[in-house]
Amino acid sequence: MNASSIDRITSDAGEVDAVTLKITERTKKIATDGTPVDELVVNVGPSHPSTHGVCRVITHVDGEIVTKAEPVIGYLHRGVEKIAENRTYLQVVPLTDRLDYVGSMYTNWAYSRSVERLAGIRVPERAEYLRVITCEMQRMASHMMSLGSTSGDSGATTAFIYSFDIRERVIEFFEDLCGSRLTYNYVRPGGVSMEVPDGWFDDILAWLPIARQSLSELDRLFFGNHIARGRLKGIGVLSAEDAVSWGASGPVARGSGVNWDLRKHDTYSVYPRFDFDVPIGSNGDAYDRARCRLFEVYESMRIIEQAIEQIEPGPIKADGIPRLIAPRPGDAYDHIESARGSLGVYLVSDGSPRPYRMKVRSPAFCNLALLPMLAEGHTLSDLVIVLGSLDPVFGEVDR
Amino acid sequence: MKINELREHLCAQYPDLCPLFSIEFGDGVLLVECGQLLGAASDLRDLGFDRLGMVTAVDRGETFEMVYRLTSRSMSAGIFLKCEVPRDNPVIQSLTSLWPAANWHEREVYDMFGIEFEGHPDMRRILLPPEWEGYPLRKDYEDERIIHRPDYI
Repeated sequence: MNASSIDRITSDAGEVDAVTLKITERTKKIATDGTPVDELVVNVGPSHPSTHGVCRVITHVDGEIVTKAEPVIGYLHRGVEKIAENRTYLQVVPLTDRLDYVGSMYTNWAYSRSVERLAGIRVPERAEYLRVITCEMQRMASHMMSLGSTSGDSGATTAFIYSFDIRERVIEFFEDLCGSRLTYNYVRPGGVSMEVPDGWFDDILAWLPIARQSLSELDRLFFGNHIARGRLKGIGVLSAEDAVSWGASGPVARGSGVNWDLRKHDTYSVYPRFDFDVPIGSNGDAYDRARCRLFEVYESMRIIEQAIEQIEPGPIKADGIPRLIAPRPGDAYDHIESARGSLGVYLVSDGSPRPYRMKVRSPAFCNLALLPMLAEGHTLSDLVIVLGSLDPVFGEVDR
Repeated sequence: MKINELREHLCAQYPDLCPLFSIEFGDGVLLVECGQLLGAASDLRDLGFDRLGMVTAVDRGETFEMVYRLTSRSMSAGIFLKCEVPRDNPVIQSLTSLWPAANWHEREVYDMFGIEFEGHPDMRRILLPPEWEGYPLRKDYEDERIIHRPDYI
């Protein structure tokens, strides 16, 4: 818990009024100047509250109970959408790496799909398979990051090390593949940037059983621990109706029982060829969201194994893509299922070689909007659990 | 659901929306007058488009084009809802009464384009600090830090 400063309410008069009413109703205690006596405003962040990124939460607490939590975002806003308007379509790809920096493959892919739709590019089959394999490995790495930080938040530092062990191995595979550990720039409009190194698939197939074993150890170690269960169960309960109306997606929606996974229900690429399940929670609390992520990692492993079995030699880039892609005027939207949910990129072309407008539909942004609703009524220490269970990546939230 | 089935479904249920429907890059687009926005969005929600995916705007010079992306779980389909807001009076109805998800999306559009949403509960900047001047994603936004790249690569 990183409560860097504690202040009385002095500014933002409009906001205080709403809270004052609520507290007055409940505690019947008001100071002469109208402010509630036992209401404190705790500023959480903005420097990495519990390692989730640069987010600040203005938290109103009554004792230890959160009465209102207001996320203040934008600390990582780099104006990627504006910068993209001044670059060619291919020059934008490295920018998309920096959006979801825990899952760069996804933003690469979502952007590439959007450009391909706009410019009418057909992607070779091998490239689609490589995209699926890398993105499912990315899902493993990203979910391991999420589970690791959730366990760290709830005090189980050992589980953090177990999950980062798996994540580190995935990142090493990516390093072998494209030379980078975080910002891959691998999936590009028309295909992927590089052929896989020799023996890469074999190494993955040899490692997956080890990862499975390691994952089940993590499962027993963390989810089998009654302290961890106590910290996660019943925290930040989100109903299925709210998940839909708030536009939540990914494990946040599925933890609440919303059966919606783009890979399955609005399928794209070569996903229809794989046999996999979509884990669904029932209670909608932090525990179910974390469990969904854990089981998704198992499913990702199944997909990777099937994809490596099915992949065939062939070209990895579409033929005849010019360095200056200038699609005909119009707009296109395409989306994929990232580790955080439906990640979409909306592109507008005016016929020039630069995007006229790019908009990233970030799942983390939509999921984070739930924080005020979910954190209310919980203790300050559970605020961090709720924040962690939404799995925000602030590069993507702030863009 | 295929796009043609979606068109038939929409035309059967709401004949008055039918002429506004078009297909662009394989996606359904419904272009309405801004006055009808709330009604059209409500109709689409009743039709099965239960999720508001995103809200954004595009600077088209004289007007701003509002773009709403709605998705349907039951039909496995998405649709664009668009309308044109005049630049000299950028005010439009908020969709927060239909989807609470619109809250942050509309704040972001206000932040970046200066379009105000009537009926929004909390119309403030979201990504930029409150004291920021101007609306960065407008095409006429000037900032000395923007580096204009030459036309060649």
